[in-house]
Amino acid sequence: MSSKYAVEARDVVKTFGDIKAVDHVNFGVMPGEIFAFLGPNGAGKSTTIKMLTTMLRPTSGQLLLNGHDVTKDQASARKSFGIVFQDPALEEELTAYENMLFHCVLYGVPKAGHKKRIEDLMKLVDLWERRDSLVRTFSGGMRRRLEIARGLLHHPKILFLDEPTLGLDTQTRNVLWDYVRKLSKNEGMTIFFTTHYLDEAEQIAERIAIIDHGKIVAEGTTKQLTEKTKTKTLEQAYLKLTGEGIRDEVSEDFSGLNVRGALLNRRLR
Amino acid sequence: MNAIYILWWRQMKRYLRTRSRIFGSIGQPILFLLALGYGLGAVFERAGQGDYLQFLVPGIILQTLLFSGVFWGIQILFDKRFGFLKEMLVAPVPRVKVLLGNALGGTTISIIQALVVFIVAVAFGFRPQNWVLLPLALLIVMALALTLASFGAGLASMVEDFQGFQAINNFLIFPLFFLSSALYPLTNVPDVLRILASINPLSYGVDALRHTMIGGGHFSLPTDLIVIAAVLVICVFFAVNRFNRIQV
Repeated sequence: MSSKYAVEARDVVKTFGDIKAVDHVNFGVMPGEIFAFLGPNGAGKSTTIKMLTTMLRPTSGQLLLNGHDVTKDQASARKSFGIVFQDPALEEELTAYENMLFHCVLYGVPKAGHKKRIEDLMKLVDLWERRDSLVRTFSGGMRRRLEIARGLLHHPKILFLDEPTLGLDTQTRNVLWDYVRKLSKNEGMTIFFTTHYLDEAEQIAERIAIIDHGKIVAEGTTKQLTEKTKTKTLEQAYLKLTGEGIRDEVSEDFSGLNVRGALLNRRLR
Repeated sequence: MNAIYILWWRQMKRYLRTRSRIFGSIGQPILFLLALGYGLGAVFERAGQGDYLQFLVPGIILQTLLFSGVFWGIQILFDKRFGFLKEMLVAPVPRVKVLLGNALGGTTISIIQALVVFIVAVAFGFRPQNWVLLPLALLIVMALALTLASFGAGLASMVEDFQGFQAINNFLIFPLFFLSSALYPLTNVPDVLRILASINPLSYGVDALRHTMIGGGHFSLPTDLIVIAAVLVICVFFAVNRFNRIQV
């Protein structure tokens, strides 16, 4: 499947029972671009990321990563992206190094290159000194850095970051975005991220899409979005586009198979 | 192959690093073995049934495999709740392989625990009737371990929270264990109990272990082996089917 985009959604729909979580969504992210995907809770953001990263199948439409269809050519699609999940996804009873090794083997990184690659990336995120510590002993910021390093092990062309700075202090956030900028600039990596901090999106993203009620309501640079809405900042533009009201999360986690889990999840949040 | 190995390796690392789990899961069967073995031994012997410890050990080994397998299943629930399952499921590895690597880890852990319980039993006076048959007993233990780990994985894939798993434990696992021939012979029990135990696949597992460890059983050994093989296939199918439907 040919596509000039690194990440592309073509008329994607996802329904859970009667609820349309994602409603005929189209967008494209150019190779090497830093792209922010914004939206209120329950707007269809997580559902879209889950579909892009092969965790959920679209009801209809097509999603392409580097031209690989995520449902038809799943293995190639999976090799082409790295992901930092919204919630930590590390094995706490393994050391930092062992977590990295696990990922290398699972992704078929050639064995001869394991050690060098792990060392390079752990040095990049300043965790090499702590390689033999159990992840259980790591702080939230250290875990995030390790997850970013892990997501890069298999040389992905695209990096998904799902609210990567949630719960991190300002220092760690700055360091993290510095890495991300470097990756985009030096390695031409495509960055696709979500965040609720609009100042972050404004500073980091080259292009922004805003999703609400399952539909893309606006797309463009910060400048284009503020001009379009006749506002001064991205935050004002965002509020104008998506409204001031507080959202319930019902549609986001709802799925016919996991109703009980979704209910429980919501209660825990 | 490599992917399966690394999944197995992670299970083993995790197991060996959580000592409380090792002692916890071996402690319970050993408690059963000693309390029941010595507590009921005299009554059992007076009733003309022979040495209760001898009779009990295969049942306790089955108990070890059952609880170890089902408890190992909780691991999948942990991985689901605490995120690591995502790391495994978005990797370019088919789900069946992810399940297989993990289940082989669970199976290995169960076998290790069964061996420890066996050694403890020997230390407390258990004597296998025929050492030559022990390799066959070990093969049966392996088959049962894989069956019960798959069973645990399938169950864990179906529930969303620990309360759900607890309910399964209380309303399915304990009845399965107590309504089998693990703790008592089926010769002089009420009909209802005998019928229930006879449709309980676990009874055939214990029976096969009795045939190979202490000689003699309630059913014939070929019957036992056929039931074990059939249930193994069903449980593996169940686990694959359920695991394929997991959403993270």
